[in-house]
Amino acid sequence: MNKIAIVGYGTTKFSREEIPVESLLLNATKSLFDQNPNLNQKDIDAVLVSTNDNTKYLSAILSELAGIQPKTAHTVESLCNSGTNSVVSAYSYIASGLADVALVVGAERRNSPGQILEWDNSRGEFKHPIFWGTIFTKAHKRKFGTTEEDLATVSAKNHKYAHDNPNAYSNKIYSVEELMNSKILTDDLKVSDCSRPCSGASAVLLVSDKVVKKYSDSPVWINGIGQKTLSASFTKNQDFSSMSSTREAAKIAFDMSHLDPIDIDIAEIHDAFTVCELMAIEDLGLVSKGNGAKFVKTLYETEDRKINPRGGLIGTGHPLGATGVAQIIETTQQLQGTAGKRQIENAKVGLVHNMSAAATSSTVLLLQS
Amino acid sequence: MSIFEVELKKGKFVIPECLTCKDVVWPPSDYCSLCFGKVNWRKSDGIGKILEYSKKGNIFFCLAEFEKKIRIMGTLQVYSNQPEIGKKVKLDTCKVDGRNYNFTMTLV
Ligand SMILES: [Zn+2]
Repeated sequence: MNKIAIVGYGTTKFSREEIPVESLLLNATKSLFDQNPNLNQKDIDAVLVSTNDNTKYLSAILSELAGIQPKTAHTVESLCNSGTNSVVSAYSYIASGLADVALVVGAERRNSPGQILEWDNSRGEFKHPIFWGTIFTKAHKRKFGTTEEDLATVSAKNHKYAHDNPNAYSNKIYSVEELMNSKILTDDLKVSDCSRPCSGASAVLLVSDKVVKKYSDSPVWINGIGQKTLSASFTKNQDFSSMSSTREAAKIAFDMSHLDPIDIDIAEIHDAFTVCELMAIEDLGLVSKGNGAKFVKTLYETEDRKINPRGGLIGTGHPLGATGVAQIIETTQQLQGTAGKRQIENAKVGLVHNMSAAATSSTVLLLQS
Repeated sequence: MSIFEVELKKGKFVIPECLTCKDVVWPPSDYCSLCFGKVNWRKSDGIGKILEYSKKGNIFFCLAEFEKKIRIMGTLQVYSNQPEIGKKVKLDTCKVDGRNYNFTMTLV
């Protein structure tokens, strides 16, 4: 099996602007080409687009706009973890020998139709994501004594780190107290607990070890992949204070890479809501169950950027199809030592956690320099 | 439209039960998700228990489980007693509103 590395990336800024999805895709692709002078359109065997936008045939459209005539081109949709799913697909094409060079571009526009799962009628009229966010939060509070201050600390940390990310949606720093006073959505959820939809696109270039030297002196290797889908219905989660799809995906990824949670230097976590960051770091085994809040508080107070250095979904914004790809870019920059102000010293092993629809499915990737 | 929705439109909550393995199938479907057996639609007693709840403004909403299998979210009518985990609820009204279902429950 071929080994697969990430050798290039490009991104747009994440913003509130309403931008056509085709432009977003092209802008991220242009940014990738601009930063990778050794890459020629003719090199690319596969173009995969990750989005929940309903627009048809987007990978062929992007290929045409970018002057690429790939062998393989198609869209990957899996709600909020479309991004990592498309990277896993690209990985598989390369690992199997069907491709040597694959371009993955994730994009979403702010008013994308893909943000609510209409199918899940078990949620009744409570289909908006804030309601599963509320149930998760209430259950975590009940089981582990998580407080509003704990949740606001996650949000304060991620806004603070996003301030050093020029592509982030948010550029404001808030105190824990300010966030605790933000608008109340439900008894268990405030505006400050939520990531927000926005427009944005991110692109990565994956290649096989056979051709890696042509594109990069500092490739980042994908050494672990774990995925699990439990259901499509939020209500099928057995326990609402933990994410079992994340636990299962993590186990698979750690087994594949022969790594352990203790090896992780930097983790990009899917903080769709503040409680998700706490649940995920617990279920990934980065801390023991119930100790997520204490851990995050220490990170915040010591300015340790180990978890969500780019500002998470809460600080950076959540353009669904782009999110997983953007998480991979941040991890790549950290492992290459090019994350600037956000750089974690001597980072060697990175984890990406990307999930969909109230953790009914999860992807965990392990990357190494 | 599925039998489930036809009945739900009339305000009736019917449950698909597998003719072969007798498992309750949820979400509603024409075939059993365990054995692909055909389902029979039967009435439910509509009595469930609260798994979790919260409040938006003055309105309680909850996630409740019926027939040890069927989990749905709905508005929870609260009169005197306060909701608690494990407390019994009765499914009061079911509606179909466009593409959305709409459930109201009351504390028993
Ligand atoms: Zn059956």
